[in-house]
Amino acid sequence: MADLADQWMSDGLENIWGNVPVVQEMQSEGGAAGAVHGALQSGALTTTFTASQGLMLMLPNMFKIAGELTSTVFHVASRSLATSALSIFGDHADVMAARTTGFALFCSASVQEAHDSALIAQMATLEARVPFLHFFDGFRTSHELNTLELLGDTEIRSMIDDRLVRAHRGRALSPEHPFIRGTAQNPDTFFQAREAVNPYYAAVPGIVESAMERFGGMTGRHYHLFEYDGDPDAERVLILMGSGAETVRATVAALRASGEKVGVIQVRLYRPFSVAHLLEALPASVRGIAVLDRTKEAGATGEPLFQDIVTGLACAVGRGERATMPLVIGGRYGLSSKDFTPAMAKAAFDELKTDKPRTGFTLGINDDVSHTSLAIDDTYMIEKDDVTRAVFYGLGADGTVGANKNSVKIIAEDAGLYAQGYFVYDSHKSGAQTISHLRFGPEPIQAPYLIAQAGFVACHQFVALERQDLLRVAAPGATLLLNVPYPATEIWDRLPRPVQQTIIDRKLRLFVIDASAVAREVGLGARTNTILQTCFFAISGVLQRDKAIGHIKEAIRKTYARKGQAVIDKNFAAVDGTLARLSEITIPAAVTSDRERPALVPASAPEFVRMVTARIFAGAGDEIPVSLIPADGTFPAGTSAFEKRNISDTVPAWREDLCVQCGQCSFVCPHSVIRARYYNEERLAGAPASFKSAPVNARGYPEARFTLQFYVEDCTGCGLCVEACPETSLREANTKAINMADKQPLLEAERANIAFFETLPVNDRARVDFADVRGVQFLEPLFEFSGACGGCGETPYLKLLSQLFGDRLQIANATGCSSIYGGNLPVTPWTKDAEGRGPAWSNSLFEDNAEFGLGFRLAADKHLSLALSLLVCLAPKIGIDLAEAIAKALQIQESEIRAQRIRVAQLKTRLLGLDDPLALDLLSVIDHLVRRSIWIVGGDGWAYDIGYGGLDHVLATGRDVNVLVLDTEVYSNTGGQASKATPLGAVAKFAASGKRTARKDLALQAIAYGNVYVAQVAMGANPQHTLQAFREAEAYDGPSLILAYSHCIAHGIDMRFGMKQQDLATASGYWPLFRFNPMMRTIDENPFRLDSPRPRIPLRAYAYNELRYSSLASTHPEAADALLAQAQAAVNEKYRQYEELASRDGSRFHPDVRPERQEAVRPKRAVKPETDARHELPVLAAGQ
Amino acid sequence: MLLATQYLGLSLKTPLVASASPLNAKLDNLRRLEDAGAAAIVLPSLFQEQIEAEASAREARTEAYADSSPEAQSYFPAATAGPYGLGPDRYLDLVRRSSEAIAIPVIASLNGSSLAGWIDYARQIAQAGAAALELNMYHVPTDLLESGCDVEARYTEIVEAVCSSITLPISVKLTPYLSSIGHFAATLVERGAAGLVFFNRLLHPEIDLLRMKLSDRLDLSQPSELHLPLLWIAILAGRTRASLAVSTGVATVDDVVKGLLAGADVVMTTSALLRHDIDYMGTLTRELRQWMEEREIASLADMRGMMSWQRSRDRSVYTRANYLRILEGYTA
Repeated sequence: MADLADQWMSDGLENIWGNVPVVQEMQSEGGAAGAVHGALQSGALTTTFTASQGLMLMLPNMFKIAGELTSTVFHVASRSLATSALSIFGDHADVMAARTTGFALFCSASVQEAHDSALIAQMATLEARVPFLHFFDGFRTSHELNTLELLGDTEIRSMIDDRLVRAHRGRALSPEHPFIRGTAQNPDTFFQAREAVNPYYAAVPGIVESAMERFGGMTGRHYHLFEYDGDPDAERVLILMGSGAETVRATVAALRASGEKVGVIQVRLYRPFSVAHLLEALPASVRGIAVLDRTKEAGATGEPLFQDIVTGLACAVGRGERATMPLVIGGRYGLSSKDFTPAMAKAAFDELKTDKPRTGFTLGINDDVSHTSLAIDDTYMIEKDDVTRAVFYGLGADGTVGANKNSVKIIAEDAGLYAQGYFVYDSHKSGAQTISHLRFGPEPIQAPYLIAQAGFVACHQFVALERQDLLRVAAPGATLLLNVPYPATEIWDRLPRPVQQTIIDRKLRLFVIDASAVAREVGLGARTNTILQTCFFAISGVLQRDKAIGHIKEAIRKTYARKGQAVIDKNFAAVDGTLARLSEITIPAAVTSDRERPALVPASAPEFVRMVTARIFAGAGDEIPVSLIPADGTFPAGTSAFEKRNISDTVPAWREDLCVQCGQCSFVCPHSVIRARYYNEERLAGAPASFKSAPVNARGYPEARFTLQFYVEDCTGCGLCVEACPETSLREANTKAINMADKQPLLEAERANIAFFETLPVNDRARVDFADVRGVQFLEPLFEFSGACGGCGETPYLKLLSQLFGDRLQIANATGCSSIYGGNLPVTPWTKDAEGRGPAWSNSLFEDNAEFGLGFRLAADKHLSLALSLLVCLAPKIGIDLAEAIAKALQIQESEIRAQRIRVAQLKTRLLGLDDPLALDLLSVIDHLVRRSIWIVGGDGWAYDIGYGGLDHVLATGRDVNVLVLDTEVYSNTGGQASKATPLGAVAKFAASGKRTARKDLALQAIAYGNVYVAQVAMGANPQHTLQAFREAEAYDGPSLILAYSHCIAHGIDMRFGMKQQDLATASGYWPLFRFNPMMRTIDENPFRLDSPRPRIPLRAYAYNELRYSSLASTHPEAADALLAQAQAAVNEKYRQYEELASRDGSRFHPDVRPERQEAVRPKRAVKPETDARHELPVLAAGQ
Repeated sequence: MLLATQYLGLSLKTPLVASASPLNAKLDNLRRLEDAGAAAIVLPSLFQEQIEAEASAREARTEAYADSSPEAQSYFPAATAGPYGLGPDRYLDLVRRSSEAIAIPVIASLNGSSLAGWIDYARQIAQAGAAALELNMYHVPTDLLESGCDVEARYTEIVEAVCSSITLPISVKLTPYLSSIGHFAATLVERGAAGLVFFNRLLHPEIDLLRMKLSDRLDLSQPSELHLPLLWIAILAGRTRASLAVSTGVATVDDVVKGLLAGADVVMTTSALLRHDIDYMGTLTRELRQWMEEREIASLADMRGMMSWQRSRDRSVYTRANYLRILEGYTA
């Protein structure tokens, strides 16, 4: 919503008063609420949009805004709140948490209603002075495409009373008529002040009702506070809010048709709750009510709406306003956008018919723990035959969703039918599956639930048929369209047996096309969307074929008008080529294939992976019972290794004869699919014939072999490794030591090779040179196969982190891309080593990550201190030598860590033999005796904006935490909004005409503290520098901050050249590499080292490779020129500043102000970068 | 002294024209060129392929990740995907604004890749206010089945199609790699070309021995490259109604004079301006004037084509006989 508003402002779109509203992006929703509050107090009509955690950040201001009786409407696409897990999907948890703020809560059930209610709420708030929170179901309503009647400006104008607007302004703060608002009050008056607002709240229902009447009079769309539909003499009624009400309404119509006396009440105005209006709506005949809440309030007697209904009815009956008290039961449905179907609505009605209707029930899940779930009859369907229902399975990158949105538009706008589109995505950022649910029909489509029985099913990715039962949604006699990379004659035999069986059993019609071939032929590259869209129109029967093709061509003409006739012709050719290549397959009478769908995970996989993870892979996560889901959000690490998504047709292939074993490729690989090991040549016995190896090219190891193994099934085909490879053949053109190759011919052999490779021993960490990129390739990554974008610029840093410190790493991860690819089910890419150790990872929130990580440190320090003091106490029993060795251990080098692990293991054995409560205590904190590496990881949105205050505070504590900012200079996860890291001149959402302010220099701010280790790195510019900075930061006994340049899809680059862009960023001087190491002060040296040379290319040569800069040159050439000139000047000046800093002598820096850690019991660590100089160790006085 | 000339039906104050160059994409440079005495300016070419490739790249980068995540339906502001800035907008703006900014004629240049593209973009350029349009013909017939006739037919078709769809005067910038340039030139004029520009330069790929890769290479033209255009200007001068322009290898005033003597109506240069500076256009004009003064030539008309084939007393110097003589007279 905000993106659109910003776009409208940028386009100069005027409001009903003829002026252009101001749109201001803030650093957080808390900031937005504060700014809204201020603007409202200054008399402006002001609004904001938010959801979920954002609404939580607004709560304090919302109390103020409501308390001051301020007219405003907040629009909320209602979403889940993070509990044991984050979920971005829809339910009412956020709004229900805001119900005590004093805002009126006003709920819409459909796209049309949300549009209309926005105006009704605005009309009402101006008159009532009570602020409104207008909400609708996140995703189900906010992301649904549906035919909509838009209100015109004139209509809106006629509904807004300017006198009320002026009155609102009149209440504003002004020095011309000053008053004080926002006082502090004492016990004598505060209570009365709270009660003084009552008349305003009492008036709200009447005001909303009258606004609805005026609105209905104008538009013909009539709404009520409590909307009743159903039998006037209904016995059983469901009461609910939001999109589910539409589902129940349709179910009620179907049940009434079969003679049931049922009804439904849709609650629109939930706060202030008008019992009088409820009573008016509820037929006197009702004997049973089921209240459905789309939220959970753990430990309550029922969910919020249920409680209000019960209380309201009980009071009414008690007062004699209603004759009888019906039985009221409450249940939960639809959490996190869980589908809510007519079958579920019917189940709730049926429950009311039972002898003992249960309350606290759930709909749509299998609760085999508390047995709350009602049985659902999945065969119960109420959809009409005149509605075309189509389901499309595609991949994020193939344009399926875009094409379907376009189809919805064509059918609704050009063909005059009603249309609905809803899109379901999985959580991967690369190769995500998309499922499009489209309905078309002659009547308005009011079915806010997924299609269970489709007359048309399209599978745009053939491999998906191998992984999932996509035909479960195919209705009998449905048309099935497959995009296949094979000739039509081969298709039938290539289908797995269950697919053939379903096609025969359900009498499906099967059409096939090789869309990729058509796309290639007509020069459309990999974009198959137009082709598959044409297939849909040609065979679905939604429109008459010739007309449909005409509509598509018209749409193409409109879409590509600006790109020239040639592009239009190309797409026309695609349409014509499609019709020529689309063929129907004659279905044999019997199944010919005996090939079952392969198991998604091996039988040897852990039980959790087989029972839970694999079912989510199969698209059957909805069927997982409650008992299999961890109750506290704790999930096993390392499940991504089982996924084997095979999303890329091309993968790297190794030329062992050309390879110099430098390790650059595996260093940059964002998906950890390149693994290196060296081993004794004898190990090669039994290797598959295709297994590749080369002699280790370091001197002194004549018997050692080296292998680079590519995990091809996990590769995204990004090509970063090929670009990073420095070796080019001297004899063959365009040949490097790694080259992309077609995967299919390699796949079987590589599977065997990987299996063999995994039998080779992991190289001993103690013998690997951590200080060199070449050495790092032998460290096992403990972050692997994440669903990050192909070629992601962030994940190589995380992989490096896991390689260097993985077995003692604890990570606090801010919400954002890294928390999604790092921890969104079904897979967890953070994994463990053969000894069972690995990164312990957690995500708290977006805004609190630095503080969350600091908590890790505080606990770790405390527990270490506790462990050491227990060690002292227990030393006589466990051996003074061992205790002393453990306490004195220097744990800098990996060999020292390994030695400490051995000592701690010994200690553990001895402690287990002691019958002493202190021994048990020590065992409970013993892990801390191995130095823990605590990292706070997040993106620039967190570090520069929403979490900046916290980050600043944490750095200022002087505590030993390491902060890694994966700096994409933009909010990547939410779609490219500008952050304060966004550079001058770059385009982003909320900076559509180029950002006009410079990027915040977070590094200099941290350097100003004097005791913070700060490094700015770019792996693509200098991997060795990155490695050095990570190691120094980790070794530094105090706060560290690393700003890591992370190229990103939101930069608009060819991701294959992401690392090259990093290099150019540094070469241009835009992203100089440097390190500020406060330890240098201890030897009187300058702590600031500028590690990259002076700018050697103009900024333009870097920036204009990126759409975020270059698009401005197209859309606003003059502004782009001016901004580029300013940006260049800023780069020059910034570089001069750094150079000046680097050229000072050491005395001109802040002294080392780290607090003397006399109180700290643990040894100080050596941190001097080059020399590894060590501090004196405190000696443990055992037995004292 | 009369330096005035006619080119493509346009009256020019001198025969010195700034040919298509990246310099000419900036209004400031165009103003400086005008001040330095350029009589007309050819804008850099609108490359259909480039525009479409840019649009496709932009589309690919904006749409590749669109609609694939529940959190983000796109990653760029809507304006990034157009409509402004896609297609020829920027070029048309340049045509429009340069025509407004300077008084001398602005000749647009077009390099199409499809017949529809040539026509479509030519129309848009005409509407944007260019004084004339130069068709930048560039085609390397890598298809071994494509004959010389096919190549000529391809060019002819484009010229005819563009000339019949707009009323702007059209010049054709030719490749030198044709079998019978004179005949072909006559054909183009017959199909509507108002002028011929000699020649377009083919850019040869470079072989990078270090990386074993092919790479692009762009060298400025050398004075030695002037000979071929001079030859064909001289052969055609006085024998065609089309305007003639020399456009390769012009480095000094001597080259300018040679072009005029051979029969060119205008002489174009880019390399000299890139080598020296825009102001070098003033030097060339001054030196041309000086050359004519020294020889008391009062007007261009008096010198133009003086050394052309038509006016040559010994036409054999333009033929193979001359080639033999040179070889015979050559002493090591």
